[in-house]
Amino acid sequence: MSQTGPTTLPDRQPGSARRPDLPLLRTEELMLNMGPQHPATHGVLKMILDLEGERIVKATPVMGFLHRGVEKLAEHGTYHQFIPHTDRLDYVCAMYNNFAYVRAVEKLIDLKVPPRAEYLRTIVAETQRIVGHLFWLGTQALDIGAMTVFFYTFRDREILLDWFNELCGARLTTSWYRIGGVERDVTPELIAKLSKFIDEFQAKIGECNLLLEKNRIWLARTQGIAVVSAEDALSFGLSGPTLRGSGVDYDLRKYEPYAAYGDVEWNVPVGRNGDTYDRYWVRIEEMRESCKIIRQCLERLPDGPYLADAPTVVLPSKDKVFTTLESMIIQFKLFTQGFKTPAGEIYCGTEAHKGELGFYIVSDGSGRPYRLKIRSPSFIHLGAFDHMARGYMIADIITIFGTYDIVMGECDR
Amino acid sequence: MTAERFSGEAGLVTLTLEQAVNWARKGSLWPLSFGLACCAIEMMTAVSSRYDIDRYGAGVFRASPRQADLMIVSGTVCRRMAPYIRKVYDQMPEPRYVISMGSCATSGNIYDSYSVVQGVDRFVPVDIYVPGCPPTPEALFDGILKLQEKIMRQKVFGAKTVTAPPRGTPQGAPQGVP
Amino acid sequence: MNDLRSVAERLTQRFPQDVVAVAEFRGDLSVTVRKSALLTVGRFLKEEPGLEFDYIVHVSSVDYPTEPERFEVVYEVYSIRHRRRIRFKTRLSEADGEIDSLSSVWYGANFMEREIYDMMGIRFHGHPDLRRILMPDEYDEGFPLRKDFPLQGRGWRDTFEFLEPPASPAAPSSKDSP
Repeated sequence: MSQTGPTTLPDRQPGSARRPDLPLLRTEELMLNMGPQHPATHGVLKMILDLEGERIVKATPVMGFLHRGVEKLAEHGTYHQFIPHTDRLDYVCAMYNNFAYVRAVEKLIDLKVPPRAEYLRTIVAETQRIVGHLFWLGTQALDIGAMTVFFYTFRDREILLDWFNELCGARLTTSWYRIGGVERDVTPELIAKLSKFIDEFQAKIGECNLLLEKNRIWLARTQGIAVVSAEDALSFGLSGPTLRGSGVDYDLRKYEPYAAYGDVEWNVPVGRNGDTYDRYWVRIEEMRESCKIIRQCLERLPDGPYLADAPTVVLPSKDKVFTTLESMIIQFKLFTQGFKTPAGEIYCGTEAHKGELGFYIVSDGSGRPYRLKIRSPSFIHLGAFDHMARGYMIADIITIFGTYDIVMGECDR
Repeated sequence: MTAERFSGEAGLVTLTLEQAVNWARKGSLWPLSFGLACCAIEMMTAVSSRYDIDRYGAGVFRASPRQADLMIVSGTVCRRMAPYIRKVYDQMPEPRYVISMGSCATSGNIYDSYSVVQGVDRFVPVDIYVPGCPPTPEALFDGILKLQEKIMRQKVFGAKTVTAPPRGTPQGAPQGVP
Repeated sequence: MNDLRSVAERLTQRFPQDVVAVAEFRGDLSVTVRKSALLTVGRFLKEEPGLEFDYIVHVSSVDYPTEPERFEVVYEVYSIRHRRRIRFKTRLSEADGEIDSLSSVWYGANFMEREIYDMMGIRFHGHPDLRRILMPDEYDEGFPLRKDFPLQGRGWRDTFEFLEPPASPAAPSSKDSP
């Protein structure tokens, strides 16, 4: 046997210097359909992938499989009646949608909310952010293959869902916010439970993070994937952690402070590289910041009413409705005719856990919205999907779905 | 019930083959991962550690309908999604069962609009309806337990052959009513 | 507010013929421009130093069927550097149902304009891929968010043509469904 040198694999390039007689390999682009029934598409989303081998040449999202006509339904009901619809938009953190909507209506009718209600809203909104991010973390890790994290995050989520159950009677789609405040007050037991949870939660995030932060598989599957530059992200309208991972610190809670966010000290985590790992890091840090916000709000919770004093707009409390005639009549009128709003149009954006959730409401002076448009971050993020996914492999598609944190209820409305 | 009490000292059990088959079927219902909307979140919560659907044998969620027994339609059924739901249902081998989870799948819920089918039973036969918006995981388990009871009552051998209703007939709505 | 008013003044100075109206309500500023100037106004708002509205917030449409210029298309953009938001809009009539697309200025307008086409029927000249997005491509009942479109639609949600036609009585039939 001659010893000519180290053995190498035969050259596969067509027309290479080693074997010029080999014909060029015939390749074809493959069009692959993913969904709408698929375990990892986070809902009913169809994706048509144009592939060259394993590489994505083009990714076309096809949506509308959960289009429920919510914007048209809004035109046929009163402002109060729309609150449960908002729950079901981004059903993972339902109350933040309530919050975004009631803020928009309060801007339209120029209604001031009492301070206790503002603090309560902030506390619950941040618990919803934690719930939403835990869900995201569990599902993204599950999709990438880290099943343990799914069970840990859902275990922690359950504690908060029980808390919501005690607060307002429902676990998932809660509708606790009202135009003018919140539906009912928190009890001292609830405050104590939440404090206890927040105290233990830091360790729990640490537990999940420990499994992932420096895990070689996690790093290989998230670093450098789905990179988007800050300029492109802004032009596409991306917001929330998806934008902050690219280095833009746009957070409506800081840019246009609302509720109690301006009164407490907290920071906005901002990434650097615009890849999946940075967005993951931003969300973990946001959970830690949420704990800070909740703790400070609990310490400073002011006394006072939890609903504004505006009987022509605000629903009376249920015990009065069933016992006094005046409240029953107000309730009846508010639900059948709605309350009169000034004619005009407003836009109000809120920093939900996925991004900027906004409501553009056009009012014609009657009790029903003339046009209610929902600025949904998931819909807008899907607009950038093709841009984000080109050039990566099929295995990365699942990671990209997760990093965008798309919920079809909000996307399709 | 311990094995000795169940089977006696001789270790014998008498039951019909039908009961045995039904017992095996009810104890290993493999659902299809088919979440549509908010109810899917509660379905996932039912899989997680606190509720643990696996104790009913239903923890193995299959991605392919060819390997699944149970389709839990969880969420709003939009008309655009309907052909896919039917296709997936047709691909499931018999015996196959359908649980309509949540008010949207049962009747359309608050979405009486141009794109929402008012109940999945308009084009897919449903075995169990679980109401709620969303139903808690306990309610889903109640539905699964009732489905298990239904399976135990099923005739496996010697069933009378009857003509199935025409497939265009919606099960839920009388003819001619939208 | 003064900040926003200065933006409106700059716009009015730069496009004196094209700015039709400026309105303020609850701290929001809306500028109505002529349809023909929409693209140039959009580019100006994005690229002009001192304005730099680089983030697209939303693109919406409103239907006023009683007015001669029936549709209103609304663009809302935000400047990250200067922390201000402006809304600019234009009107068009049904007969003349096409306006310029701004998807070359802000990429995010692509999907949002497709949604407006889908829901209102307004066409966007220069849009790279103008087709329906939320409703299926072959949906032919009309444009759902128009005021003359009924809430429950025109029957599409209740017709299921993907179901097979009913089997004839002589055809072999399956056993009782469980």
